[in-house]
Order: sequence, then structure tokens, then C-alpha cells
Amino acid sequence: MAKETTGIKASDIKFDRYRFDVVVIGAGGAGLRAAVEARQAGLRVAIICKSLFGKAHTVMAEGGAAAAMGNVNENDGWKVHFRDTMRGGKFLNNWRMAELHAKESPDRIWELETWGALFDRTKDGRISQRNFGGHEYPRLAHVGDRTGLELIRTMQQRIVAMQQKDKKEFGDAEKYIKVFAELTITSILKDGNKVSGCYGYWRESGDEVLFESPAVVLATGGIGKSFKITSNSWEGTGDGHALALKAGSALVDMEFVQFHPTGMVWPPSVRGILVTESVRGDGGVLTNNKGERFMFNYIPEVFKDKYADNEAEADRWYKDQNNNRRPPELLPRDEVARAINAEVKAGRGSEHGGVYLDVSKRLPADEIKRRLPSMWHQFKELADVDITEQPMEVGPTCHYVMGGVKVDPDTAAAYGVPGLFAAGEVAGGMHGSNRLGGNSLSDLLVFGRRAGAGAAEYVKGLKGKSPEVSDKEIEKAHDHINNPFDRDGNENPYALQQELQNITQDLVGIIRTESELKESLKKIESIRERSKKVKVEGGKVFNPGFHLAIDLENMLLVSESIARSALEREESRGGHTRDDYPKMDPEWRQYNHLTTWSGKKVEIEAEKAKMLPEELLSLFEMDELKKYFTEKELAKGGK
Amino acid sequence: MARKVKMRIWRGDSKSGDFKDVTVEANEGEVVLDVIHRVQATQISDLAVRWNCKAGKCGSCSMEINGKPRLACMTRMNMYGEDETITVTPLRAFPVIKDLVTDVSFNYKKAMEVPAFEGPEDLKPGEYRMQQVDVERSQEFRKCIECFLCQDTCHVIRDHEENKKSFAGPRFFIRIAELDMHPLDRLRNRKKKAQEEHGLGMCNITKCCTEVCPEHIKITDNAIIPMKERVVDVKYDPVRWLGSKIRKREGIE
Repeated sequence: MAKETTGIKASDIKFDRYRFDVVVIGAGGAGLRAAVEARQAGLRVAIICKSLFGKAHTVMAEGGAAAAMGNVNENDGWKVHFRDTMRGGKFLNNWRMAELHAKESPDRIWELETWGALFDRTKDGRISQRNFGGHEYPRLAHVGDRTGLELIRTMQQRIVAMQQKDKKEFGDAEKYIKVFAELTITSILKDGNKVSGCYGYWRESGDEVLFESPAVVLATGGIGKSFKITSNSWEGTGDGHALALKAGSALVDMEFVQFHPTGMVWPPSVRGILVTESVRGDGGVLTNNKGERFMFNYIPEVFKDKYADNEAEADRWYKDQNNNRRPPELLPRDEVARAINAEVKAGRGSEHGGVYLDVSKRLPADEIKRRLPSMWHQFKELADVDITEQPMEVGPTCHYVMGGVKVDPDTAAAYGVPGLFAAGEVAGGMHGSNRLGGNSLSDLLVFGRRAGAGAAEYVKGLKGKSPEVSDKEIEKAHDHINNPFDRDGNENPYALQQELQNITQDLVGIIRTESELKESLKKIESIRERSKKVKVEGGKVFNPGFHLAIDLENMLLVSESIARSALEREESRGGHTRDDYPKMDPEWRQYNHLTTWSGKKVEIEAEKAKMLPEELLSLFEMDELKKYFTEKELAKGGK
Repeated sequence: MARKVKMRIWRGDSKSGDFKDVTVEANEGEVVLDVIHRVQATQISDLAVRWNCKAGKCGSCSMEINGKPRLACMTRMNMYGEDETITVTPLRAFPVIKDLVTDVSFNYKKAMEVPAFEGPEDLKPGEYRMQQVDVERSQEFRKCIECFLCQDTCHVIRDHEENKKSFAGPRFFIRIAELDMHPLDRLRNRKKKAQEEHGLGMCNITKCCTEVCPEHIKITDNAIIPMKERVVDVKYDPVRWLGSKIRKREGIE
């Protein structure tokens, strides 16, 4: 069995030591935006990348960033965007986050242009905007189907620009911002209840690193790698979720996991890779093996007045959005994913267990290549399919976690731990029970900026009295990293990861039941026991087996959090579907689930959700509100 | 259908290394990276390989496969013959850290040397107006996923460590070209700097970089050659030379 501690004293541990005002863990969109903001506030910032600089999962975002600029349809505005976001999340969203997001997204997009981003343009030279599921008007700023790459590259280059300026002014490019590539953070350190820094290791060398820092921003992204079929890269192991839990903070609404309706299904090695929603936004239709456009059969009651129930109207919508209802292919993602799941289950699936997505009959070939260049390449090169001539085979893939660190909407401060902040996918609340496509890239920018500003304000408020890192904290963090080398045992980390992925996929996936969730918890527990016997082979220098042994712990913690929250919520809503409780229940809308970690156990607590204030409630028709809220709540009228 | 394939994988570190021969299963539709992962999970658990998205979008899994710089995630196994041994080695132009992972920090240093975008001072955020045709030229270069395959294959640095100091490489020529062609960038001496500070003149247009680009960016034709031509224009046209001296300060228009 694993030894609890190595007994080594801090004075005998070899580690690099750095001191910063703010450490940002994660170098995707949210992390980079937070770093820019903290630097602009005059603070010294460390940016920690688990991979190389510029490779974070944000590069894979395809469709665009939602911002109600009104460039394509001038009827758009923050109120419309807010409404769409709340509807998409089935009103479980933290309304203040949804409000800030809708109001601030346009400024965040325009700001990127001043840093060199080149979005696709409208005829009059403004930023073009495209249609997407759940958005009433064309709203997504985009660059073909590689918008995430544009975002991350723009901010990466913005950081380089700031470093160049610092070099000119101070003779040292890294005086204010230093990028640490291929470094994994394994512990948040605390002094009493406050953050004092964090600890980790260089992936390249295995050498340990201490960051003394009064503020830490978690921007670590998602958890997709806990599932077998996922669009996420290897980095999505829920590191930030686990770090927050272990630091004593809480996660909110972890049962809500988004399965993107369209991932590749064939060949098996590419199963799960994302097929952008833009294919549908640009006219692509979903059909089953009978050639039926089946989405017309899956329009839920709450959306009946917004979505076309016949092909003629749906097709007219692409040209005239003011007088027609939207095609049902553009329903929120949870609806489309469940519909595809049901078609396949009913035996109407495609050859390899998906459904067909066809854009070839809807747009000319060169237009497809212009609007969807990376989809064209992806299918051509990985599946021998020419999407300008043939339909794609697609099926649901684990894509995004709505749940995450409970934060203060305005400052991104994490619940319960002064000095800890979270932004982007690792933070929860913004998207409620289901995220709309395009709302993630704008979320990264809006709340990345707020986290950077929140951290800066917090650090300045300390007035130089920073919490201190104790020897004991260093010893604990050191033991944690070295544990996998000291164990007796013969478990293989790769095999355990695969088993865990199968468990979550099969038992905590799109459709859930009480008995399967209970079974999943037992199985997760047994994997946890076996993970204590994982023995790492080889040395510490760039050793993926070692890296995985460390990440596996986070994946276990996240998987258990999802399964436990899912077991508690006895209704179906957004990214949480219970076969045994198939209806959405307004009583349940009044509760969020808080996940905490006692050191031994994942615990779930229901917390009363805050009611929308009157001015936001009044943006909706009463008839619509009745579908989501209890009569008692509405009688009080948002008070 | 699953079949057995033979692979020669380079293993080692900055000091020394050797090939390791393995036989491993490969399934229909798989790419080289899938098979390397299978080796990792079943035979060599500490085999170092860099990867992220496995969809050709992040540019992490750059390596040399049968001597050609390629992304392992976009290289289908069925490109190779049934009995062919597939040899994988780390990028040759960069120092090895371990196995298939190299130290690519050269590229990040070069990135630091390219002056950033300088936007117009009189336009506020939201006031930028550009036509699609005008942004498309730069957008082609912004497709770059920084896999650094072009840097690896470029013979100016591939076997000439001594050239690295004065040569930015194709990746950064397209970065300079992208900024140079940006409709609203104010910095006007980018081409000249490409020539004088970034070693554009050392490129003799063999197009190796274009051939390996997984994003199919026409590096040579659309970035390098136009910049070389215009550098010649500006340098040797006496009227334009005089104009450039009178009209503006060094750098910004």
C-alpha cells in the first residue's frame, strides 16, 4: 500500500521557488484573458500551461463566440442574449453571471480586434455573425470554423506584446508576466483559510516547483477525459475542479454534463471528435436511416412556439428569420443529443451507430469549403468522406461540463477560500443545466477578465501582508507528487483510466437511472482503491505514465462528484436526463447542488437557488415563466 | 480489422538514444498516434510523446514518420504498406528532451522578436471596418497551428545550428506577412525587418515548408515570395526610398 508520507523535511526537498502576485493555472482563453487583466492592473503574473503555450483546448472551439453586437440582425441586444442563455440553461443559471455575460460579451470581442484578431466580416466591414443552436439571431463572431484558434492566438500574441513592452521599458520581458509551459499544478497551498500559493512539477523534468502567491486563478477547463467518447483533449482531466475541492471550496451543479450532439462516429479511432454546430447553423440537416428529418418529432413543449414544425418553414428561416420559426436542428444541444440517442436506440441509426448530418445538398461545394474548411479536412483526412458530396455520420460526444467551482459572479472569487478564483469551464453557474454553443468562448473572455480584475483587487487589498507558505504544506505537496513512485503494486494507470472512462460513459452518460448511478459509485470506489496501487515505471523525465497517475486522482474525484449529484437530482433538465424521472420539475429548479470534499468523502448538499430580480423576470412573458417556475415563486414576482 | 504492425521508435534523451523495435496491433482507420498510444498503454508506459487534441488542430504531435515531418494524429496507418516498418523519430531540427519529445523553445524566442500588431489610434474598439477580401490574405496565415513542422523541415536551420540565431524560419515569415497584410496595422517597416533582422534573405524558396504544412498554407508563394519581391521594390527604387525617409519615423507611419 501507499505510504502516507515520505517523512522528508521541507529543507531537504529540492524545488524551484517563484514569487508572484497572481498565478493563473491554465493557458486557454479564460487563463490568458485573466493574465492580461492582472498585468494591466500592474501585478506580476505567472501563467501555467499544462501543455505548450498556445495549445490549450480552446484551440478546438470551432463555431464562434456569442456576443449580441447586432451586426447582422439589429434586433439583437443583451436582453435577447440573456433570455436565450436562460432558456438554454432551463433557468437554473446563475442569473447574475448570465446578465454580465450578455452585457459584456460585445466589448470583449471588439477588444480582441484591437489586439489583432481577424474575424470574418459582414458586407459593410463589421464582424460577421452566424446562427447557432438556441440563439434567436445570428450572434456568433467567427473565423470560418477555427474561432477558438483565433482567440487563443490573439491572446497569446497579446501577452507577447505586453512582454515586448516590458522588455523595452524595464529590460526584462518576464518582469511582469512569465509563462511556464508544460507544468502541472498538483496542490493549492493555504495559510489558515487563505491561499498562500501552489505547488507542482515540470512535466519535462519532473522537478518540483513552488509558487508563493496570495492569489491563484483556476482556468483549467473541463473534465471530458473522464468519459470514453469525448471531444476533449487529454488535458481535460478536471484538475481545477479537484484542486478547488481539495482546497476546501465547493463545486456547483456537477450533474450537468453536455453531450454535444455531433461528434464523429467512424472510424473508431476518431470517435468523439467534434463536428461543429456551424454545420447545422449553415443549413446542415439531420436524417435517420430512413431519410427522415427526424428533429421535427423532438420539439419539446417549452420550445414549440420558437421552432418550425415543418420543413418548408424551417428552410425559409435561413433567408427570413423575422417571419419564420427556426429549424429544429438548431434546438439547444441537450435536446438534439437526446433525439439522436433515441433514433439510434429505435434502430433508425446510421451504419456505424450514429445518424446522418448532411450539408452537401444544402450549399455549393466551394461555399462549404469556405465556411467549414476544417470540417472538410477533418472528414477527408480521417474518414475518407467528402462532406461536399456525402453526408457525415455523427453521434453524441461528451463535450462540456456546466458544473464547476462556485464563484462570485462579479469577481470570480471561489466560494470559501479567499485568494482562490475560477473562470471559464472550470467555473460553474453561468450556463445552468445546459450551455448554448458559442456561449463558452464569450464566457472565457468575460469571466477571464473579471477573474483577473478580481484577483488584482484582492491582492491590492492585502496591502503587502501576504499569507505565508509553511514547511508542512510543502512536505505534503511533495509527498503527493512522489507517492506514485513509492508504491507497492502493479496496477497500470492507462488500464485504470480506460475502466473509469467506460464506467462513466455507460452508467453516468446521457441517460441515467438510480440503479446505474448507484452501481457507478461502487465501481468508481473500487477504481479508487486500485489506483492506490498504481506503480509508475521509469523516471520522472517526461513520463506520461507518471503524469496520468497524478491526473487519475482528479478524474476519480470529478466522476464521483458527477455521479453523486446526478443521483440526488430526481428530475430531467438540460445535461442531466433521468430515465426514472423523465420530467422537468419546477420544484427542482429552486435548488443547486453543492459538492464538497471532506478529505475522505464527496458530499452533496442542496442549496436554494437565488430568484431572478424583477427587472430580469420582466424580460420574459408570464406564459413562458410558468413552464419553469412554481406558482408560488411567480406570485412573489422576483422578490 | 486488427492487424499487427512493426514499428521502430526512437528512444533516448539529450545525450544518447537508440531505436526500439515493437510489434503492435493496429485497427481500421487508426492513425500513427493511436498506435503509439497503444505501445504506451501496453508495452512502454513511460514512452514520451507530446499530443493534445488528436484532431489536427493544436499542432502538438509533430514528429518524423519514415523521415518525413508530420502530425502523428493526421497520419493514417493505411498510408503504409502491410509489411512496411514504420519508423518514428523526434523532430530533427530541435534538441531532444526524451523519446519523441523535443525542446521547441527556439520558436517561442523567435515569436518574441516579431513586433506585435499596432492598431490605429483613432479607432475605438467596435469601430474597426475591414472588407472580407482584405482580411482573407492574413487569415490564411492565421490558420497556422504552430506545429513547427515548417521550421523542422527548413534546411536553413535543419542541419545548421549556426543559422538559428539570425533566421526566424517560415513560421515567423508568415507571421510577419500576416501583420504586413493586416488592413489596419500601422507598423510599416515589417518587410524590411524581415530581410534585415529575421533572415528572410537566407530562404532560397525550395518550398519544403509549404509541402509539410498540415494546414496547407502556401507559405512560400503567398508569404515569402511576395515579401521578398516587395523588399526588393522598396530597397532599390530610389523614389520610394526617398519618400520613406521623408514621410515617416522609423516604425510607425
